[in-house]
This record gives sequence, C-alpha cells and structure tokens, in this order.
Amino acid sequence: MPLLNVTDLRTYFHTRSGVYRAVDGVSFSVERGETLGIVGESGSGKSVTCYSIMGLIPTPPGRIESGTALFDGTDLLHCSPAQARAIRGKRVAMIFQDPMTSLNPYMRISEQLIEPLLIHEKISRRDALVRALAMLESVGINDAQKRIHLYPHEFSGGMRQRVMIAMALITKPELLIADEPTTALDVTVQAQILELIKKMQRELGMAVVFITHDLGVVSGLCDRVQVMYAGRVVETADVRTLFHSPQHPYTRGLQRSIPSLQPKGAELYTISGLPPDVSKPLPGCAFAPRCEFAREICVNRDAQLAEVAPGQAHACTRVQLGEL
Amino acid sequence: MSDSILELRDVRTHFPVSQGFLLKRDLGTVKAVDGVTLSLARGEVLGLVGESGCGKSTLARTILQLVPTTGGAVVLEGKNLTTGSAAELHHVRRDLQMVFQDPYASLNPRLTVYATLAEPLLVHRVCAPADVPARVTELMTVVGLAPRFMQKYPHEFSGGQRQRIAIARALALQPKVIIADEPVSALDVSIQAQILNLLAQLVRRMNLSLVFIAHDLSVVKHISDRVAVMYLGKIVELGRAEDIIERPRHPYTRALVSAIPTPNPDIERTRQRIVLPGDPPSPMNPPAGCAFHPRCPYAEEKCRLAVPPLAPFDAREVACLRLAEITSPGH
Repeated sequence: MPLLNVTDLRTYFHTRSGVYRAVDGVSFSVERGETLGIVGESGSGKSVTCYSIMGLIPTPPGRIESGTALFDGTDLLHCSPAQARAIRGKRVAMIFQDPMTSLNPYMRISEQLIEPLLIHEKISRRDALVRALAMLESVGINDAQKRIHLYPHEFSGGMRQRVMIAMALITKPELLIADEPTTALDVTVQAQILELIKKMQRELGMAVVFITHDLGVVSGLCDRVQVMYAGRVVETADVRTLFHSPQHPYTRGLQRSIPSLQPKGAELYTISGLPPDVSKPLPGCAFAPRCEFAREICVNRDAQLAEVAPGQAHACTRVQLGEL
Repeated sequence: MSDSILELRDVRTHFPVSQGFLLKRDLGTVKAVDGVTLSLARGEVLGLVGESGCGKSTLARTILQLVPTTGGAVVLEGKNLTTGSAAELHHVRRDLQMVFQDPYASLNPRLTVYATLAEPLLVHRVCAPADVPARVTELMTVVGLAPRFMQKYPHEFSGGQRQRIAIARALALQPKVIIADEPVSALDVSIQAQILNLLAQLVRRMNLSLVFIAHDLSVVKHISDRVAVMYLGKIVELGRAEDIIERPRHPYTRALVSAIPTPNPDIERTRQRIVLPGDPPSPMNPPAGCAFHPRCPYAEEKCRLAVPPLAPFDAREVACLRLAEITSPGH
C-alpha cells in the first residue's frame, strides 16, 4: 500500500470573478522512501495540491470539492481534526519557498524548533532542546549551541532554509512535502540545500514530494515525476523515461524550451500563447489551444490520464490513439 | 577594442552605511562595485553573472548613472558619464536604456501601454507629436504585441507580455545599449524562451549592444557572446561564453557552473558536484586578500594576503593567484 494515495482531488476557489478550478481531478500516490517531483508552471495547481493535503487552503474562498488523500489508511481530507493534527506536522511535514515569511520573526529559533516536539510528543523542554540542538547540527549549522537562541533575521537565506528543514524533520516524518524550497536561493546555496535534503532522506528513510518548476532540480533528485497543467496531471513517469521519451506535447515543449538543452544561440522552441484561465470551462484537453498537434478531437473529447506502461501515464488523446 | 561603444574603467560604487537618525554613527562602507573594468562592443551581448549581493545590479545602475560612482569612469562613445552635467546625462540616456527584472513593478499601473510608450518619445522629442501613434504601433509590433491592446493597462497583461512592454519602452528611443537586469528571472520556462528569442532577435536586427544580467548560467550562455563572472564587487573571470561555461577556470566559476542542475537525469546523477561551503560573505566586511578564499577549496596562505589581479589566462581573463597550479593536470 502506498504511503500517500490521492484520488480525484478537486480544489476550487470561489471568488467574485468566478470559480477557479485550481486543482481539477488530480490523482497520484507516493511510496515509502520515494521522491516524487511535481513540475508545472505558475498557476498549474502544484502548490494547491499539496496545500490541500496539508489542510492549508484558506476556506473560504477555497473549497475541497471532492477527492480523498489516504495517508497510511487515514483520509486526511475527511478525518476528524484531532486525527489530522496527529498526522500533519508529525508524520507529514512541509517546507516552503520563502523561509523568511514562514518562520516566526518574533520567536527564537529554539522555541520554533521545539514547538512540534512539545505538541506531538510527551517530552520535557530540556530534552526537546537537546533534540533541537542535534537536529540543527545535522542540517549543517555550525556553532549550533550558540545560534539556537537567535532570531530568524540573524540568519542568512540559506541558513534559514536549513532551520526550516530542521523544524520539519525534528519529528522524524515519514513524508516531507517541499514546495519550491530552493527557488529563492542562489545556485551555490541551492546545491547545498539539495544535498542536505538527499542526506536527510537517506538517514530518515522518508518519502519526499518535491514541487518545483526547475526540470534540472527534478532530474537530480526525483525518482518519479508528475507534470501538471491547468490543475490537471498531464504526464507521469519515472525520471529517466520522462526526460528521454516525454509523451505529452506539453512536456516535450517544456523540455525543448530550456536553453541548456539547445545548441547555443539557436532559436529556442516556444510554446505559443499563455496558460489558460482556469475560471473558464476547459473542454477536452486544457493544453489544446496552445498545442501544435491539436485536432478537433482534442477539444471534443476529454483528455484522460491513461497508463501506457507500468508507472507511466499521460493525458494526450492523440498520442493514445497512436497518431503522434 | 576600437569598435567598443561602452567602456568601464576601474568603476567603483561604494555606499556608506550608518545607523541612527540624529546621532548618526558610521558603520562602514559597502563596496558594491569595487574596481570593474570592462568594454562592450557594438552589437555584442555581454552576460553578467553572480550570486545575489555580488554587485551586478549595482553595476547596471552605475552604468546608467542611477547611482553616483565613487571612482572610475563610465565612457559611452567617448563621453565620460561620471563627470557629465544633468543636461548631458539627459541626452545620453537616449542611447542607454534599461529593462528591469520585475515588469509588475517597473511599469506604471496608471498608464496605458500607449501612454507608457509615448512618454519617452515626447520627453526626448524624437518625433513630432502627430507621429507618436504610428511609432507606438510600430514598437508594439516589433516586440510582438498586437497594437489593438494599446489602450490597455499593465494589469491586463501576463508577466511575459508586460516584459514585452518594458522592452518596447526601452527600444522607444532607439538606444545603442540596453542593460537588462534579470529580465527573464520572474518568468516561467515557456515564457522565458519567448523573451530570450525576442531579445536575441532585436540585438541582431538593430545591432544593439546588450548587457544581460542573470543568475541562471544556462540562460546567459545561450544569449551571450562574452560572460563576466562577479564575486563581491569584482570580476573574477571574463571571456567568451562557451569557454567560461564549458571550461571554467576560476574556482568560483567552477563551483557556480557545477551547481547548476542539468535537466538530464543520467548526467545529473553521475557527475561530481563542487558544493561550496557557507554563504557569500557580506560586502560590508569582505575578507582580506582574495574575497573568495574563505569558501575556496584551493585557498592557501598567499590567497589570504594578496588581492589577485584580473590577468590573461587560457584565452580569457581570470583573477586567481593559484591558477597555474590548480589548472595543471592532476587537479
């Protein structure tokens, strides 16, 4: 049984200007110890998917319309608040893009680090502090003994991200959800943080869901990748298959528009047009208006995610019909 | 270089840092740009890379004289901008335009596209008021925006389209040099490719010179003829884009290149990555000697003492004292 199994998740935002279908029928699963990458452009619903699982969707305007998220047998979307609290923050942890806005600027690092321990485990403050110190050291903060009592603003961006990782991992979670944790960092610091996540994953044996828009990061870190577009999954495959033989035209287009994969100076391939407005109905395939291979059938028939090989699925009608 | 259009000679931009309001205390100086010498040829694209805080944006602002220089000279076609009067600067700015990172912040939300593009034309009197609508139409067409959107406001456009408006505004005065500060960093991959293609096409068609600032080395390599790598206010390596990114020589450039994740799982999982320890140091309190030595895997005693000069090496210029030793086989 997979550690996390999400089926037919739909999260809509009901606003004055209409209903935004941010996540529109997403299903996926994560095995124990596995790293799943969720890739997509801004507005593709990759963050909202994870926020829904973590119960972080502001309601209203957001509403989870349908779906289940089974974590080790417990449906996180429909269980009692007490059951959810016992899982979220302990067995499932999350780290965010911007460590400055997700750490509390008024609290010392030490207080923030031990908070999950005091809530989730029967442990004294003193023992919690010992664990916090050990955790800070293992995420590579030198001089942890002294720095544990500092405030977030006294740390640099990379160091804050390390603190946030320490805070997320202190309860030894089985699943870590990382929402673009390195996007705000410089490349050299990004390399440090990615190494750290890999190291902690090896040590704790946890599964990781890694949300990013950077296909480069995905290729080094993830076992499996899922590509999202307009609130739907358009392709999922293991990382090598996805990079060597992408099936869906959107995945192919994304890959071809990355400068580092193209000869220098050559005209880059571009996906024409813009991502669709998810507050409007999107009949058929959501990518069809931008797809160079789109035919009438793409608009008339709903694109279904279909498995083409074990662990490999895509939602392109024409590829499924063998036309491409 | 004889056909160089823009020259920077030992440019320094320092900011005093003080604390307090009535009783100001001087805390020191941030040497954001500290002795940069560069030249830009006509029609050339120069990529400027480095981590946040290395001074690349300050250098861009210094070139445009948006911040006062502390020392050195910025010379555009023989005219020294650092000593020019305000009136002279006003005139020179026609030739020197800038595109900023965030098109959401750099466009006036209360001006329509038409007003945004007409303003520079009217201020600099480049064409008769009657010709302005035709010129705006032409500019919009050049950057790939339909002229029928002329009366729309910035919020009605997507990020990529807004960046096109910002580029059109920079082109309005037919400048000779454009400085683009992270113009694609805020955009999604598929939109980024559109803007990169547009910039490359404009440079070719209008024989523009472009200073392209970015932190993404793969983007810089794609568009640039030459690349300058900055670390803590100084250029540490300068040369042809392919040389620098395929065979980096300076230890910092090597680490920077190896830190970029490649979108290819086979390469990504087998290659050796140089992970630099620590963060870039504060430019207010830079280390003595070579500023990179506290993070450099090859640093030794002499690196702590002397500041390495930018010197020719292997068809480029590099500022490292141990270059000969660390580039020999065996290293």
